[in-house]
Amino acid sequence: MTPTSNPSKRALLQENFFHRAALPIRHMVPALLFISSAVLAQTAVPDTIAQRAVACTACHGKQGRAASDGYYPRIAGKPAGYLYNQLVNFREGRRRYPLMVYMVDPLSDGYLRELADYFADQHPPYPPPQPATASPETLEKGRVLVMSGDASRGIPACVACHGQALTGMAPFIPGLLGLPRDYLNAQFGAWRGGTRRAAAPDCMERIASSLSLDEVNAASSWLAAQPVPENATPATAAVGALPMACGSVRQQ
Amino acid sequence: MMRRMLWSLTAIVVLLLAGTIAWQRFYDPDADAPSAPRTDEQAQIARGLYLARAANCMACHTARGGQPYAGGRIIATPFGNLVSPNITPDAATGIGSWSAADFWRAMHNGKSKDGSFLYPAFPYPNYTKITRADSDDLYAYLRTIAPAKRPNEAHALRFPYNQRIVLAFWRALYFRPGVYRDDPSRTAEWNRGAYLVQGAGHCSACHTGRNALGATVADADLAGGTIPMLDWYASPLTSDAVAGLGDWSIPDIAALLKTGVSPRGTVFGPMTDVVKGSLEHLSDEDAKAMASYLKSLPKTASSEVEGSLPRPEDEVLKLGASLYRQYCVECHKENGTGFPPAYPRLAGNGAIESGPAINAIRIVLNGGYPPATSGNPRPYGMPPFGPALNDAEVAAVVSYMRNAWGGRAPLVSPAEVISYRTVPLE
Repeated sequence: MTPTSNPSKRALLQENFFHRAALPIRHMVPALLFISSAVLAQTAVPDTIAQRAVACTACHGKQGRAASDGYYPRIAGKPAGYLYNQLVNFREGRRRYPLMVYMVDPLSDGYLRELADYFADQHPPYPPPQPATASPETLEKGRVLVMSGDASRGIPACVACHGQALTGMAPFIPGLLGLPRDYLNAQFGAWRGGTRRAAAPDCMERIASSLSLDEVNAASSWLAAQPVPENATPATAAVGALPMACGSVRQQ
Repeated sequence: MMRRMLWSLTAIVVLLLAGTIAWQRFYDPDADAPSAPRTDEQAQIARGLYLARAANCMACHTARGGQPYAGGRIIATPFGNLVSPNITPDAATGIGSWSAADFWRAMHNGKSKDGSFLYPAFPYPNYTKITRADSDDLYAYLRTIAPAKRPNEAHALRFPYNQRIVLAFWRALYFRPGVYRDDPSRTAEWNRGAYLVQGAGHCSACHTGRNALGATVADADLAGGTIPMLDWYASPLTSDAVAGLGDWSIPDIAALLKTGVSPRGTVFGPMTDVVKGSLEHLSDEDAKAMASYLKSLPKTASSEVEGSLPRPEDEVLKLGASLYRQYCVECHKENGTGFPPAYPRLAGNGAIESGPAINAIRIVLNGGYPPATSGNPRPYGMPPFGPALNDAEVAAVVSYMRNAWGGRAPLVSPAEVISYRTVPLE
């Protein structure tokens, strides 16, 4: 329980969780419970991290490849440090998605790290990007923000931290491609509303708060429409070169 | 004549009320209980840490992500919200200025340093069973934790519950201070278990039903109860065959307490926190002692099942059976025997087959992991099925499980399911 948690907000989040996802997910859940198939004749539970991570895949898709509903993010192939930080952020109340908090609450640092490492090592194929529905002007505005930022307002380009190819920077910074527009928009909303935080200084909270909603929409629309390059992997680069101080790149 | 009688009556009532307040305010039983002589400070602190875990002080006195013991966690009650206080040794905002005697009075008699009544969300009706020596050990440990400067927040209770003075009457009705007394007819192990269960472990805080004034119902001790505000059902710990621990072995109970899993069942809901924060840290001997004591609790009067029982050919059960085969069999098997300890057995599992359907509904909706403990560091988990199944389907599969393997329970309605979709998860 968090001191500032608001029951109605929690209820709303949870309601969203259940209702937005109701249809696509039902097609995913069966058949994935026992990783090593051979279902009914199963005589022992596989002693693997994959089998232990099955609970995650009900929403995040097989191997963490994401569902097609546009709400649950892909977790496969994201940098291990990023995934681990998010799991801990949920457990420690910095991120407040009720069902995620509930899932990770009883788990230890070591086990969360193991789960994070597992999904970081998964590389299932990406689906083709969502067709862009935004106007060409909006998409261009988004492209400029992502590639160049807005120096006059101190807003760095996304590529400055998330990698020139936007496939992330190991081990702490996630890629931005292959994510649905709804998910990206929801994260900006969560940063602005305080339900997604990271270790201080929370750089993304600052960036999200200084963007207008039009700009958020433009950036999300453009990002969601980009194809993911073949064999996309997070770049490795010196962390010191970031344009702003970011607590999450130090968090362990 | 009439007027004089009325005056006398009023005077008597006022005197009784004032007398009750004065009695509760000024009577401090065992205030002079001798402090144990301090010999080995490090050993005392280590014992205090052990007790702090056995009493799970941290669970309430630490906010999610907050500094340990610095308080700030909201405890929702039917009377409003309480905010747990800072019990770090910070002099200004914590209990740094408290003496061991002040601490003892809080534990034993439910009063703050200034003598005001503490709200019984702080389970002093249980902690009063703790000995002075153990209270002093706990105090010694709490002196060693990092002081946190975090001022206490005001509780948000409704009138009249926000008036601490009315607790005098609650205490007069429901609170009897007194350290646990060994029962000489029982073994040392049994007495140790009783001391832990009734005292530090404060099991009755959840596992005993509460009356309208929030007091645990004495004659239904550990017979199970719905936990106010959390909306989970705490199973009976009495010796009832399916609902309670009647057909559990002592090693299985001890395993559940220490590791969160056992051949008979797996902890879920709020009990995961209790295992992770508290019971996991017990010694094997203490876990076994608690299990032995629990096994000795008598059966409770079997409660009649409310509502009519379904017939096997009921359409809802048929739908439930087909959903069970589609979603559940891989881990829990067709016959409900599961793969314990990885995936619990459902057949003959009290949490599923008996009591209110709350637990089964919420587990189907939200899934979850048992706690990662030293005895089970990499638990297997259950996916949330709330997104995949609609209310009627959850109701059907729960109804099926409650009737499939020898259990008999009324059908669950879809309306019951929807009420748990939006219940707060923490």
